[in-house]
Amino acid sequence: MPKDTLRVLSEYAYTPPVIERGYAGQTLYVNVGDGRIAARPVTAEMKEKFTGGRGFDLWLLWHGVHDDTRWDSPENEIVIAPGPCGGITQYPGSGKSIVTTISPLTDIVIDSNVGGHFGPYLKFAGWDAIEVQGKVTTDGADYTDVIVYIDGPAGVVQLLAAPADCPTDSHELGPWLLEHFAPHDEDKPFVSFVTAGRGSEHARMGCLNFSLYDRKRKALRFKQAGRGGIGTVFRDKHIKALVVRTAPFKGDENNPADIDRLIEAGARIRKEIATYDAAQNRMRNRGTAYLVQIMDDYDLLPVHNFRYGSHPETPKINGAVWEARFTQGLPDGCWYGCTMGCAHTAEHHKVRTGPYQGQCVMVDGPEYETIAGVGSNCGIFDPDAILEINFYCDAYGIDTISFGTAMAFVMECFEAGVLDLEKTGGLDLRPGNAEAALEVLHLMARGEGFGLIFGQGIRRMKSYFVEHFGADPQFVNDIGMEAKGLEYSEYIPKESLAQQGGYGLTNKGPQHDEAWLIFMDQVNHQLPTFEDKAEALHYFPMWRTWFGLCGFCKLLWNDVIPPENAHTPEPAKIMGHVQNYVDIFSGVTGREVTPDDLITMSERVYNFQRVFNIRLGKGLREHDATPYRSMGPVTEAEYLSRQERYDRQLREWLNLDPAKMTLQEKMAAHRAYRTAQYERLTDAVYARRGWTKNGVPTVEKLRALGIDYPDVIAVVEKHL
Amino acid sequence: MITVNKHHTLPWREGMTVRDVLTAMKYTFPHIIVVINGDIVRHDAYDTTPVPDEADVRVVHMIAGG
Repeated sequence: MPKDTLRVLSEYAYTPPVIERGYAGQTLYVNVGDGRIAARPVTAEMKEKFTGGRGFDLWLLWHGVHDDTRWDSPENEIVIAPGPCGGITQYPGSGKSIVTTISPLTDIVIDSNVGGHFGPYLKFAGWDAIEVQGKVTTDGADYTDVIVYIDGPAGVVQLLAAPADCPTDSHELGPWLLEHFAPHDEDKPFVSFVTAGRGSEHARMGCLNFSLYDRKRKALRFKQAGRGGIGTVFRDKHIKALVVRTAPFKGDENNPADIDRLIEAGARIRKEIATYDAAQNRMRNRGTAYLVQIMDDYDLLPVHNFRYGSHPETPKINGAVWEARFTQGLPDGCWYGCTMGCAHTAEHHKVRTGPYQGQCVMVDGPEYETIAGVGSNCGIFDPDAILEINFYCDAYGIDTISFGTAMAFVMECFEAGVLDLEKTGGLDLRPGNAEAALEVLHLMARGEGFGLIFGQGIRRMKSYFVEHFGADPQFVNDIGMEAKGLEYSEYIPKESLAQQGGYGLTNKGPQHDEAWLIFMDQVNHQLPTFEDKAEALHYFPMWRTWFGLCGFCKLLWNDVIPPENAHTPEPAKIMGHVQNYVDIFSGVTGREVTPDDLITMSERVYNFQRVFNIRLGKGLREHDATPYRSMGPVTEAEYLSRQERYDRQLREWLNLDPAKMTLQEKMAAHRAYRTAQYERLTDAVYARRGWTKNGVPTVEKLRALGIDYPDVIAVVEKHL
Repeated sequence: MITVNKHHTLPWREGMTVRDVLTAMKYTFPHIIVVINGDIVRHDAYDTTPVPDEADVRVVHMIAGG
């Protein structure tokens, strides 16, 4: 059935601009509530101060919402932008989009990066970003959901009524959209969708799926913008899908200022991948799953709700296992030109539960975070169960990280007696019970029973368990691995103070894409002082932010490394690769920059996001607090499992004699010391970032960054 | 006795190689730089490079994480 059969609610015609030096020069505004569609100019100020990607997202969102806007307010927006370098094909890993909204989990801004074809196609269709505002009101209407369709070749944007037979789960909706928007095989590679699923309708941890059409497999695939519940906002607005169509395109679609600089940088990294990947991470064979065994070896793999860092059964779910299950020999990039190709798939998975039981499906992933989150952290060491959960999370539009971390919390609560069969509706949620975990997932999708409670996320579950089940507040607060309302990603930070800051002293919450410092701090001992840690917690979050401004994937920065990097003054920064990005940015935009300029570009956006959080009533020191389990052992069993380490630390750190202390005294000494260390780290990091002791960017800092706009200054002045 | 990353000590033995140190420390991560008394050891020489007694061994792990 062609898309022409869908009813047009509103329409906007435009002349697609020629992309110049990475920018289309306009952004697209769509209000799904009242049908308004408009083009907005990209100003020189936007490009200079906010670069693109996450910077444009935040700028548009800032002007779209009010101080009291919440995640389900009609004026909340979902903004998607690919960045000026997004869509180049000369350098691997250059097709990422950044999505932002006000999160239903954190009530502040969330940003989530994602592969797939939507972002580049959006730009090729003539738009540097799309901001979707409003909420479909169904009073008196004969439809409940809408589809936003951007037809680049035709120069038209349409708001379409989704018919009653339009599915919701990405697993079914994807093929439906292909049938309607790309009915002929030759059209399929040139459309891309953003979708969610039924789980997003009932849980705060909803994710978005971004499609790509796999030409080799002739199949539709999805990558996820997982973090922070953006899928929940999407379905709350009653959006079924965003659809974009582009004309057939070439590798120079961005009209870069100097394509030779891109080609040269791309040749350098491609040679490194071809030469070293097989002996380094085997990303082309295993993707990020290679990390599972390594994290276990270093006692960093979350096991049983972050209690432990390793487990004897890890070899059942490590990279070698996934290499055997992933299809080998096919290019698995999530954007064209990526020879790293780490977006692997497990084909021919036979679904054994739920509404798609009996189907043979292809599962995108699992990646490291999913394996560790729904696997080891929940005590599940069964690859088939991990695939089943991965498949249903994607189909239902649920973030695998939040699901895994929240399930690990629930399982420990069950084990500790906070929950029982009566409270879970008969679900035996002991650690390791994959069938029960899957049933919670299906309940979430149906909006029933314990699935509804679970879908609220850890922060709200903690309050619920205290209020309704009589849980000990300190216990659930200690073991519930969330900060700011967002569930932790999957690394044990207990023995790295810097990583505790990398999770806690963040804008959006505990997601490692701001900073991953465990090796530098815990293994290398390269950050001995608070000032050293603070410098790392300045540089690396800013550096990683930059990828999201421009449309890049972080993995190409440090998942293959040439041997000569060892001889550079600061090997951790991999300055040879930083120079590649300098060349690409300058080569695309024509704007000559230095490595330091890239950090400044990020600092502007990072500080702007901090102020944004303050504007929304958060973003202060109290909101950077973390649960004690991220710092040290909560339970006696946890302490005893690594007693030698903890006892040695008492001697070395505090000059105490553990032989003369009870277990409770030892645990209390650790707690007092570790929590005080985190406070001292917070002071040092705030000072390095130019913030007050309450975590507020100073007027001087904002002025130095050139973002001292009156409305920005007005926000911080209330707290100075 | 040798020191690893200024924090750990390992008993030294005759014929000890870089590979032996990595194995003893369970250092399985591939992105490492090994420095012995200030000199970088090539990746392809870990099996054959001896570690002298009293050596200051640095095994610098590069940043990982997704």
